[in-house]
Amino acid sequence: MTLRDQMQNALKGHGADFVEIRLEESDSSRIQYRAREIEEIGRTSGRGGSVRAAVKGGWGFVSFNDTDDLESRVKLAVEQAKAVGSEKTELADTEPSVADVPPVLVNDPGNISLSDKKDRMDHYNDLIWSTPGIQSSTVIYGDNKRRVHYVNSEGAAVDQEFVHVICYVSAVARDGGDVQQAGFSIGSLGDYELVTGLDDEIKAVGKRAVDLLKAPGIEGGERTVILDPVLAGVFAHEAFGHLSEADHVYESDQLKEIMVLGREFGKPELNIVDGGAIPGLRGSMSYDDEGTPTKRSDLIRDGVLVGRLHSRETAAKMGEAPSGNARAISYNHPPIVRMTNTIIEPGEASLEDLLEGVDDGIYVRNWYGGMTSMEMFTFSSGEAYQIRNGRIEEMVRPVMLSGNVFKTLNDIDGIGNDLGMNQGGGCGKAGQSPLPVSNGSPHIRIQNCLVSGA
Amino acid sequence: MVDLIQQAKDAGFDQAEVYRVSSESQPIGFETNRLKEASRRDTSGAALRVIKDGHLGLSATTDPAAESGLVGRVGELAPFGAEAAFQMPQQGEYPSIDIYDPAIESLEFDTMVQTGQTLIDAVRKDWPELNCSASVSRGVHKMSLVNSAGLETGYKQTSYSVGFGGELVRGEDMLFVWEGHGASRYFIDTDWMVESVKQQLELSQETAEAPSGQIPVIFTPRGVSATLLGPLMSGFNGKSVMTGSSPMVERLGDRVIDERISIYDDPTIAGAIGSRPCDDEGVVSRRMPLIQNGVASNFLYDLQTAGRMNKTTTGAADRGLTSLPGPSTSVVDIAPGDTAYGDMFAGIKEGIVVERLLGAGQGNQMGGDFKANVLLGYKIENGKIVGRIKDTMISGNVYDALSKLEAVSDKAEWVYGSLRTPAIRCLGVEVAAAG
Repeated sequence: MTLRDQMQNALKGHGADFVEIRLEESDSSRIQYRAREIEEIGRTSGRGGSVRAAVKGGWGFVSFNDTDDLESRVKLAVEQAKAVGSEKTELADTEPSVADVPPVLVNDPGNISLSDKKDRMDHYNDLIWSTPGIQSSTVIYGDNKRRVHYVNSEGAAVDQEFVHVICYVSAVARDGGDVQQAGFSIGSLGDYELVTGLDDEIKAVGKRAVDLLKAPGIEGGERTVILDPVLAGVFAHEAFGHLSEADHVYESDQLKEIMVLGREFGKPELNIVDGGAIPGLRGSMSYDDEGTPTKRSDLIRDGVLVGRLHSRETAAKMGEAPSGNARAISYNHPPIVRMTNTIIEPGEASLEDLLEGVDDGIYVRNWYGGMTSMEMFTFSSGEAYQIRNGRIEEMVRPVMLSGNVFKTLNDIDGIGNDLGMNQGGGCGKAGQSPLPVSNGSPHIRIQNCLVSGA
Repeated sequence: MVDLIQQAKDAGFDQAEVYRVSSESQPIGFETNRLKEASRRDTSGAALRVIKDGHLGLSATTDPAAESGLVGRVGELAPFGAEAAFQMPQQGEYPSIDIYDPAIESLEFDTMVQTGQTLIDAVRKDWPELNCSASVSRGVHKMSLVNSAGLETGYKQTSYSVGFGGELVRGEDMLFVWEGHGASRYFIDTDWMVESVKQQLELSQETAEAPSGQIPVIFTPRGVSATLLGPLMSGFNGKSVMTGSSPMVERLGDRVIDERISIYDDPTIAGAIGSRPCDDEGVVSRRMPLIQNGVASNFLYDLQTAGRMNKTTTGAADRGLTSLPGPSTSVVDIAPGDTAYGDMFAGIKEGIVVERLLGAGQGNQMGGDFKANVLLGYKIENGKIVGRIKDTMISGNVYDALSKLEAVSDKAEWVYGSLRTPAIRCLGVEVAAAG
């Protein structure tokens, strides 16, 4: 009997409105340097599964490492759901998919020996230390192969495999009590080559950490800022992406009113999309973790809210179509509404156009992180430069930027004609972190953006 | 269960250690004012750490069938691994610490549901438009550790946590309020959480324009947790000290912040979430002063970091299943001061109260810096809270802010079960507000 047969057999006579089983096998490698020395080299294998059941609108969820007795796991999940539900299970109709999706493999990290990977990271660490004045460094390489088997009580049966590669470096410089750091991260879907050939970026990280010791701070307040494509991608994710996740909205009448389709959020030049079906990126996949085919969703078109991200439950409750955005970070968690690849589409301005007329502003590049509480959001630059009279001038200390979704999107008054993707990040939500996502954008300019002191 | 130590010895490793964890947790979740989800999560796994020809190797798995392959795998990895700077420890004399409560293991599902629903209903009686969510969770965690030096230890720990809050949406204005607590002992009293959430709602009724510039800031215990704890503790991590990236390098014995502040790492406090009889390498737990009366007194070490620094481990090793141990705080205990909380507002013409932040921990935390948007905070005018502040950012450096200390409250409170701290009033924080 195949694994799929065993899973489907375990669903027989389940007695719930809906049940799904997910089983996973994973294999990960990790190499980590701290300062001059290797700190950790490890390999981990994992196996586990989960069952999720819905009864009268309530959910039961059971996760486990021992995958032998699936019938009893199904039984427990259904019991949990029964204890919770008292309304009506609503899930948007989808054609049950049956598929076996091979991994996207451009250059399989599985074909590269551990010692070759280590030599590469050795070399990167040496590059950081080639800048005089470095105090410490971190270099992390990781790859992860994850095979997911999914079946549900409606007949869907989807096997998918994902290979992810990540590389993260940071450098620390210190002058007495003044400690400064700079970093760079990149990730890819199934392509080891993407973490090779980074010499220039990595040398720049070392230099930047040392240069930051001499960089002046700036005063906080409202400023004109120009974001590079990587940080603008983080902005798209934090400033708008999270609010477009329907699970924040679907049960709140007030939020449904605020987030009504057709509402104007930005100027007519602003277009934002998200989709797992956009190929070749960290958030790309054929089916989401409910077996729904992914697509490319328009979220903002010509400045107007036109769509949002859904699971089957949020789609049904809002009377909209599922978008293939129900994702679980692993078998240990139920799928929830998540972004995949979130992109601000390019406009027409060159960087020179954006700089023109900016007498006193900040050019921010690269990222540390970002966070949102729906209305308000923050995101942090990895680098910041003073703009004077339309020219990018001296480096200043990195800043945090903050905004308000109902105001800041409308304050975008220039969208570049380039496009860059940020493939180095992971997203956290409801205890599930880091989920592989990507985001991207052209250069953008924002007026009156609140900037922290630095 | 496979005898991995014996296998490792047979394979010719010089030293070996097997770390096993298994945990069961049962969280229930409320959304939109009613129960939405009940879960049960079981996780288990084993990690084998070895020293072979002086090098460290680690391999782990959550697949019981793959355990017998760990020895072969770790043998392939060890030659590439870091040079080991320690010997596996021998059995210690472990203190008995109260971290297991049978009342949590036998807690009924219906009782948990009632606890969550009661909180939601109590606050919605006065605030019907609040959209509430809540979680109530219980868990049992078992850790066991054996090594080739004959150490054989482990413990069982229960955990119980209750959190609840809500969002209040008025037009385009959103307010998020939250309260919660976690412990390794069961607790019944949750009325104070209702009072806390109501107070947050009441203080936020009015919106006040935040002042900009360097003004007095009162960090509530929650605000201390959100703002100051991370950047401060990273400087006392032995690993940052080892690599020279802590501002505290060569500062032991120096006054680094105001003398009214003393901070301990203490895994021996009964009932706390981070308490334990031994660390994740089997080293005996003890209360460790990090800052005493403003003077830097100790850094936190695990075996490897201590070995590299020619120091002794402080029993601060913490690990996930799949990674090597590293030093970490367990339960942070900040000593109270002598000012009643209500008196801390006295003399403030214009200032702010910081409760919760958005985006803290981004940026140069290692250098002691903090920067964040104030998710929940209030404006103080003439010694009184006059309303909630919005679209406001704070930034500063924790050593600077705690050197410009103005008052420490006379009561330390638990924040989520692994930090006990008073409220702290200081200067040296830059506030930037929109508009």
